[in-house]
Amino acid sequence: MVAIPHGDDHGGAYGDDKPGFFARWFYSTNHKDIGTLYLIFGIISGLIGGYLSFMMRMELAAPGISVFNSEHDYLVFASMHGLIMIFFMVMPALIGGFGNWFVPIMIGAPDMAFPRMNNLSFWLLPTALICLLISFFVPGSASGNGFGGGWVMYPPLSTSGSPGPAFDFIIIGLLAAGFSSIFGAINFITTILNMRAPGMTMHKMPLFAWSVLVTAFLLLLALPVLAASLFMLFTDRIDGGTGFFDPAMGGDPEMFQHLFWFFGHPEVYIMILPAFGIVSHVVSTFSKKPVFGYLGMAYAMVAIGVVGFVVWAHHMYTVGMDVDLKAYFLAATLVIAVPTGVKIFSWLATMWGGSISFSIPMQWALAFIFLFVVGGVTGVMLANAGVDVALHDTYYVVAHFHYVLSMGAVFGIFCGFYYWFGKMSGYLYNKWLAAAHFWLFFIGVNVIFFPQHFLGLNSMPRRYIDYPAEFELWNQVSSAGALITLAGVFFFFVMLIEAFVRKRPAGENYWGEGATTLEWTLPSPPPFHIFNTLPRIEESDEH
Amino acid sequence: MRLKRLILASSAAFFALTATALAAKPTDGGYWLQEAATPVMEDLHWLHNFVSWIILAITLFVMVLMAYIMFRFSAKRNPVPSKTTHHVGLEVAWTIIPVIILLIMVVPSMRLLYFQDALPETEMTVKVVGNTWNWEYSYPEFENVESYISNPLEKEDAEAAGVPYLLATDAPLVVPVNTKVKVLVTSSNNLHSFAMPAFGVKMDAVPGRINETWFEVLPGKEGTYYGQCSEICGIKHYKMPIEILVVGKDEFRQWVANDGAFTTSVASVGGGVTAAQE
Repeated sequence: MVAIPHGDDHGGAYGDDKPGFFARWFYSTNHKDIGTLYLIFGIISGLIGGYLSFMMRMELAAPGISVFNSEHDYLVFASMHGLIMIFFMVMPALIGGFGNWFVPIMIGAPDMAFPRMNNLSFWLLPTALICLLISFFVPGSASGNGFGGGWVMYPPLSTSGSPGPAFDFIIIGLLAAGFSSIFGAINFITTILNMRAPGMTMHKMPLFAWSVLVTAFLLLLALPVLAASLFMLFTDRIDGGTGFFDPAMGGDPEMFQHLFWFFGHPEVYIMILPAFGIVSHVVSTFSKKPVFGYLGMAYAMVAIGVVGFVVWAHHMYTVGMDVDLKAYFLAATLVIAVPTGVKIFSWLATMWGGSISFSIPMQWALAFIFLFVVGGVTGVMLANAGVDVALHDTYYVVAHFHYVLSMGAVFGIFCGFYYWFGKMSGYLYNKWLAAAHFWLFFIGVNVIFFPQHFLGLNSMPRRYIDYPAEFELWNQVSSAGALITLAGVFFFFVMLIEAFVRKRPAGENYWGEGATTLEWTLPSPPPFHIFNTLPRIEESDEH
Repeated sequence: MRLKRLILASSAAFFALTATALAAKPTDGGYWLQEAATPVMEDLHWLHNFVSWIILAITLFVMVLMAYIMFRFSAKRNPVPSKTTHHVGLEVAWTIIPVIILLIMVVPSMRLLYFQDALPETEMTVKVVGNTWNWEYSYPEFENVESYISNPLEKEDAEAAGVPYLLATDAPLVVPVNTKVKVLVTSSNNLHSFAMPAFGVKMDAVPGRINETWFEVLPGKEGTYYGQCSEICGIKHYKMPIEILVVGKDEFRQWVANDGAFTTSVASVGGGVTAAQE
């Protein structure tokens, strides 16, 4: 996409009157500052969630129970790892962080449509995370503190199985996080539909803005269902309360699973679509070519979003559903492979004929594309309801969704982070430290998760603190991968510290001719207030 | 059928390594599905191998294509980028070809689904109840066989008996070979899932609901089979294994005539089977 603003009103022409520290970071209504807060929050949550998973991997390094004091603690770690990584790391980083920072800039808007609601969206999240952290230290069930019913929170384990206040804190926390996302979604939809700069038609809008728009609609439609089902759990948990999911009171525990996955499946696209957007820009920038098949790319995301709402029960093939219903979900799920294929091949076609430089963001993007294919094709396997009977709830599923999340969404986050780090901070990072981070992380996560396919095929179930000696080899390999990944995370922080200590200034457009979206027309970091005069997008039929 | 055999044969050749390692339980270092003991699992194997070939081919195709692009169009070799952004033929092709591949896949997939799910005329029934944390088995058609609890063996007991810890139990579910068995699955408390990998069986145990599934162990496949609870059910989720002892039809009749006596302890199970086989 070629988007050239009229007039050269950067730099000194902007008002740059930043408020004092407290007012700036705690009352902030500036989309860039809120974006930064989201990113810092995402990094902190990522450390907490990463710690939880690292401890689990250490426990599973050998048969027997050695790291955890109780079986309950392991389940608490497993459950909280999922919830924290999804709601407090991936979503805040991709949508709150990069979305806030770059959607307004890319569409040529001075800020988000509702800056104060933006502030509320962010500050609900730390509140929510604190609720989740409190749950670790208050009674969950007779077995100990914290909630150990899995991130999916299926009743009866989350109702009669966890009578303590720990799960109530989780419900409150997730409701707060859900409202945060709903407010954020309303804000993005309003901003994107109403505040595009003159000449920026929908079909000229950068793909990252498209991805956030589709994501925002998914959030707006899916999160209320989660809120409702959490509230139903809440009233079910009260003594003498409701019995929505209690068979003794005429309810059905499977109804919760339908409600949960009606939210849960769109949720996986909520986590991956913004990464699709980021990768599109990075691939285009470093191939020095416009995105191939722009319209196909945009509408593939819309198609993924729409179909994503009608496939939820493929998470429930073994609950005893009617066979015709399973047949429908099987077919519908396979359909998703088509628009996903369009994305993959369009990225490859964008590179085809390009002049590719393998800078750090491009390395993350290339790894993203390849690993997302690996995670995607095992999804095709799991869509086959007949085969899924052997694989459901085994490590094959764990491997599958970590390939699309731990290597899809997270690689998308790092891809965006390295792409825009100079733009956001104004400083350039050290290439060698960033490369060490990338390679250790890339090797590490593959060593963790590839052998888990074998464990799953060989039938090892999920959420086990201890396993028969027959599963030892691949578990050992997987845990060794966790150590490699940890070293990668270490280099990420060294890279961050080094960049902020050395303060190598980043120019306006440090990626050169390939970077064509509006953020590259602004200084790095952009001034506090931007686009006081709206940019005008020139007539151009080239995308 | 011919295509199926061909693919079976080539998969068998490719995955021959696993053939010796497979048993009725997981194997250390094993990297494929456990060996099939029922027709459903045989078909599941076939479909899994078939889809594995397709997804392996797609992954390799993308990998090779990417490697080529990275080599051919690097900034060094191709300093001047093209400005191509559309190619209708290509875009149609990469929409249509995946659709065709999926259509080829969906036919055997549906066949397996309906084969697995539609209960045939079964010859006998077992009822399975998931408790926190053990399994309870009963035989509604044999009134003299009382329902019994199948508890996991502790580590020392399993080692002493030479059976795998976290898989072996003190009382297996006993079923005859070459017989279509209907399995009714329910739960007394939390969710559980009754899973037997070698049978291609996994059915959630849901309180307030009775799910049904079935299996038929192929002739010559008598022996002990192990599975594990496959839906999170609380702190002992990892420790409620499922053990199924498949015996000959005559041995099974004898076992029923003995009021299911030889399932009271591991020692007598082993002894009973040996005696029956002699």
